[in-house]
Amino acid sequence: MRRTLIENLWRGRLTEPAPSITPGEPAALAAELDRVARHSLGRSLAIRAFDAGSCNGCELELIALGNPFYDLERFGLKFVASPRHADVLMITGPMTRAMHAALRLTHEAMPAPKFVIAIGECACTGGMFAASPACLGAASQVIAVDLHIPGCPPDPVAILQGLIGFASNLAGTPDRAPTPSA
Amino acid sequence: MKIDPPLWQQEAAALATGASVFVALWAEPADDAAVVHLATRPHGSGAISVLSLVTEGGHFPSIARHHPGAILMERALCDLHGLAADDTPDPRPWLDHSAAYEFKPALGPGIHQIPVGPVHAGIIEPGHFRFSVNGETVVRLEVRLGYTHKATLGLMRDQTIGHAARLAGRISGDSTVAYAFAFARAAEQALGIAAPPRAAALRGVMAELERLANHFGDIGAICNDGGFPLMHALTAGLRERVLRLCAACFGHRLMMDIIIPGGVARDLSADNAALLRAGLPDLLAQWRRLFELYEKTASLQDRVATTGRLDPAIAQRLGCGGYVGRASGQDFDARRDAPYPPYDTGRFVVPCRTGGDVDARLRIRMAELDQSAALIDNLLATLPHGALQTALPTPAGPTTGHALIEGFRGDIFAHVRLHNDMVEDAMLRDPSWFFWPALETAIAGNIVADFPLCNKSFNPSYSGCDL
Repeated sequence: MRRTLIENLWRGRLTEPAPSITPGEPAALAAELDRVARHSLGRSLAIRAFDAGSCNGCELELIALGNPFYDLERFGLKFVASPRHADVLMITGPMTRAMHAALRLTHEAMPAPKFVIAIGECACTGGMFAASPACLGAASQVIAVDLHIPGCPPDPVAILQGLIGFASNLAGTPDRAPTPSA
Repeated sequence: MKIDPPLWQQEAAALATGASVFVALWAEPADDAAVVHLATRPHGSGAISVLSLVTEGGHFPSIARHHPGAILMERALCDLHGLAADDTPDPRPWLDHSAAYEFKPALGPGIHQIPVGPVHAGIIEPGHFRFSVNGETVVRLEVRLGYTHKATLGLMRDQTIGHAARLAGRISGDSTVAYAFAFARAAEQALGIAAPPRAAALRGVMAELERLANHFGDIGAICNDGGFPLMHALTAGLRERVLRLCAACFGHRLMMDIIIPGGVARDLSADNAALLRAGLPDLLAQWRRLFELYEKTASLQDRVATTGRLDPAIAQRLGCGGYVGRASGQDFDARRDAPYPPYDTGRFVVPCRTGGDVDARLRIRMAELDQSAALIDNLLATLPHGALQTALPTPAGPTTGHALIEGFRGDIFAHVRLHNDMVEDAMLRDPSWFFWPALETAIAGNIVADFPLCNKSFNPSYSGCDL
């Protein structure tokens, strides 16, 4: 145990600078995200992941955001267990009929102001399951969505880029009203 | 093969004695009467046979009555097609959430229930767990799924082979390579073709990369649920590096849609093959240090040893494959026992244990890490030159094919019937169908706090079963 800890101390960190929306200045953009998150949300954006029926591909990349390479929490962005603690509902997967009621309850449980982000092709458009009789389609069919991050699945860099842009927009609208439930 | 009820009953009896192993049960709608299909294989063999029975008045004789591993699939197909299994031990709905649902009772002084889900605390797929507990001890767990039901098999019907193959790759995202592999093999068998040798070798490379990535990620996640986040942080880094190699070599971190019926959609350059061969040994060297850490950390061993034990007899009875089966004495690996290219040439040693606890399931996966890395290296060292795809012919009449592919979880079964380039009927069976009931039995007698640890050590797919 001691050897592993010491080795990792000496090896230096794996964490990389945040990705840029316009490639070239990653360090500057990481600083920008840090600034806007701190300004508008007191350096915290709590995210409640909501699987609306995904194939679990998007979940894998959401989980990857927490690994030492991306280390989402350094930006004050973190996944929380309870919707009561969440600012953002992050939806993956095509909206299945079976998860519709759970989505409504989870969103209602969140305190205002609250935001909804759709992650991945299925949550954005319904994807390959848009015509499924068991699905209602894209997340926007049942709830107002503030941000769409497409991809099948979007890689962690794309998700980080989306969150950077989102946090920047938030900084411009600090008194935003809560998202109405459809 | 179309059969009569007596033959159906005869096969059900063979499942009950263990002479036959249950593979899958599904139904197909038809104008006059729905047809129920039963796939089985002889014990220890991968030679699959499919029996088909025409239902009478929406009824068919229950397989689950003789073989409990078929209960969930029987409930699902009854919901999907409005059929009834005569004398089934569990007639409750499964995918259909519209009706009231009664969980099985657990009675006695002090017993109470803890409902969990469908929305779980972490970044996990949705499902409902109903725990009946006495103090800290779990008396009974019942799993209720269907929340990610997308009617995927139905969406495949009357679609092109290519479209259905992409759907197959989205049945369970963590196994997208294995599913695409299984669907492609089934379609190729139906069409009477084979993927070129280079494509077969690249399929093997991708399948083993998928296994490496999932094993690294899950080993850490299991240790994390045992209160040891250091391992989680370090193996998550190893998983990330595997995924980056995948992205560099195949253009997609999870390698979605690269395996296609007929072959593979893209080549691996010599530079990228060298990148893989140079990169993997370093990851495995780092892993070996972590394995020492796993073995020498007493507080972690205390959590994993003897926890969530799956009795080998139950694993056999349910037909558990993969690391769950192999940790409980079920010595089956489709790569060895039903060999397919590129696994049909070399000798193959399958790690097998009998402990059946969280530790045994972890150690099976740990042993498979070295093996997958060695397989990738061998495949790349002997990578054949040549074509990447075989053209898909158009057969005159309906043709069927099936395949058994060892994904990271276990054997994935694929069945497809084609007619004029279109898919008439398809079934893809995830190993998780048998992990869920196994998890229900393994958790009994453990404490509630050990459930995440046990669950993660089985790591069943939700989407893979909610077809």
